[in-house]
Amino acid sequence: MLARRIIPCLDVRDGRVVKGVNFKGIREVGDPVECAEEYNKQGADEIVFYDITASFEGRGVFLDVVRKTAKKVFVPLTVGGGIKTVDDIRETLRAGADKVSVNSQAVKNPQLIKDGADIFGSQCICVGIDAKKVSENKWTVYINGGRIDIGIDLIDWVHKIEQLGAGEICLNSIDADGTKNGFDIDMLKAVCDNCSIPVIASGGAGRISDFAEVFEKTGATAALAASLFHFKELTVGDVKDHCRSRGIIVR
Amino acid sequence: MIAIVDYNAGNIFSVRNALEFLGIDCLITDSRQKLEDADGIILPGVGAFGFAMESLRERSLVDTLRAEAVKKPFLGICLGMQLLFEESFELGRFEGLGLLRGKVDIIRQPEGEKPLILPQMGWNRLDIRFDCPLLKGVTNDDYVYFVHSYRAYCDEESIAASAYYGGDVPALVTDGKTVFGAQFHPERSGAVGLGMLTSFAELCGVSHGEAY
Repeated sequence: MLARRIIPCLDVRDGRVVKGVNFKGIREVGDPVECAEEYNKQGADEIVFYDITASFEGRGVFLDVVRKTAKKVFVPLTVGGGIKTVDDIRETLRAGADKVSVNSQAVKNPQLIKDGADIFGSQCICVGIDAKKVSENKWTVYINGGRIDIGIDLIDWVHKIEQLGAGEICLNSIDADGTKNGFDIDMLKAVCDNCSIPVIASGGAGRISDFAEVFEKTGATAALAASLFHFKELTVGDVKDHCRSRGIIVR
Repeated sequence: MIAIVDYNAGNIFSVRNALEFLGIDCLITDSRQKLEDADGIILPGVGAFGFAMESLRERSLVDTLRAEAVKKPFLGICLGMQLLFEESFELGRFEGLGLLRGKVDIIRQPEGEKPLILPQMGWNRLDIRFDCPLLKGVTNDDYVYFVHSYRAYCDEESIAASAYYGGDVPALVTDGKTVFGAQFHPERSGAVGLGMLTSFAELCGVSHGEAY
């Protein structure tokens, strides 16, 4: 049976792993290659690098981080942030990424999903979605790091990206993100029930039981967390042991 | 030296990274001479079957691969594994290398059950059917990483290990001699996958560093 995946996410700026603390300052938490190696040892099923660098020079440094990691860590790497064109996708895959994650850019230019899937295969196109609840069982899609509501219905967008050839969805709940009150079960359930590609749950993980809960209550095949693992509140191994104790299949 | 076939496949560099990490001498090449001189050949691959066969044909590699695969250890990975079979029905109908009997088609939806999510993306457990050199040290508790929507439909005798996804999916196939195919990605399957690549190097008589 296919195991549910636990995925740590690393935000990288100018070649260093950083993490926002309480939405204010940005705190540096270490060397990305070392962090990735540590997560690999803990049993991470994939590792996500997210580039939050704004500058062109920073982009080169970031891809170098991907390149170095790919020489040392032999689990799948997903890379997101700053991917705007097919050439960006090619460059990122050549640096050693297995998948790219596109978010705002996919909303602005949905053709990027189709072109990427046609050229490199659906399996390497993950579409990241930031969404927020507007009313009972209704959510809309936001772009630019969850700052701009573009008024597209979440489920409509999910249908559209699946048709365009997305191979996976990483669904982040703006409402749950940073709360540590657990994943957004209702939203994840709605999306999983409306598509037939893998869905990664993102946003809201705070307790060890949150992971088991999202797997028990939704069709999400993977769960992602960042600060929880960065600040060593939990290890990937702890999370997996807990899932296993509740009968969930993990590696 | 192990030759990694260069034909524009996406995961060539991941395979090379893994071999280099293991201290295994390797080379990415589309030269027929170098493929003939190599001690073993790895055929990687992600993407569509027809497109991949066309890329091999453009480089005039089809006959070379067919000939070399029966002379020395030959490992196809993911799409490279699917190319070993006679034909594929991915987005049309395409002839494969025909090194193993069988065909490639989409993973069938199980009847009367919840539809399968495609691609199968993630870690799945191996069910070992029979011993094979690449499975040295591998047990039924080991997981490997899969990403695919198509699979082989082939003779039971060629399936050294399978993984359950709505049915038994061929995971590691072989002709029992020189030809091997992994539907999963050993280069992305952590220590278990690196162990298999080490076993492959041993089979080729190529030295490697300390066991991972």
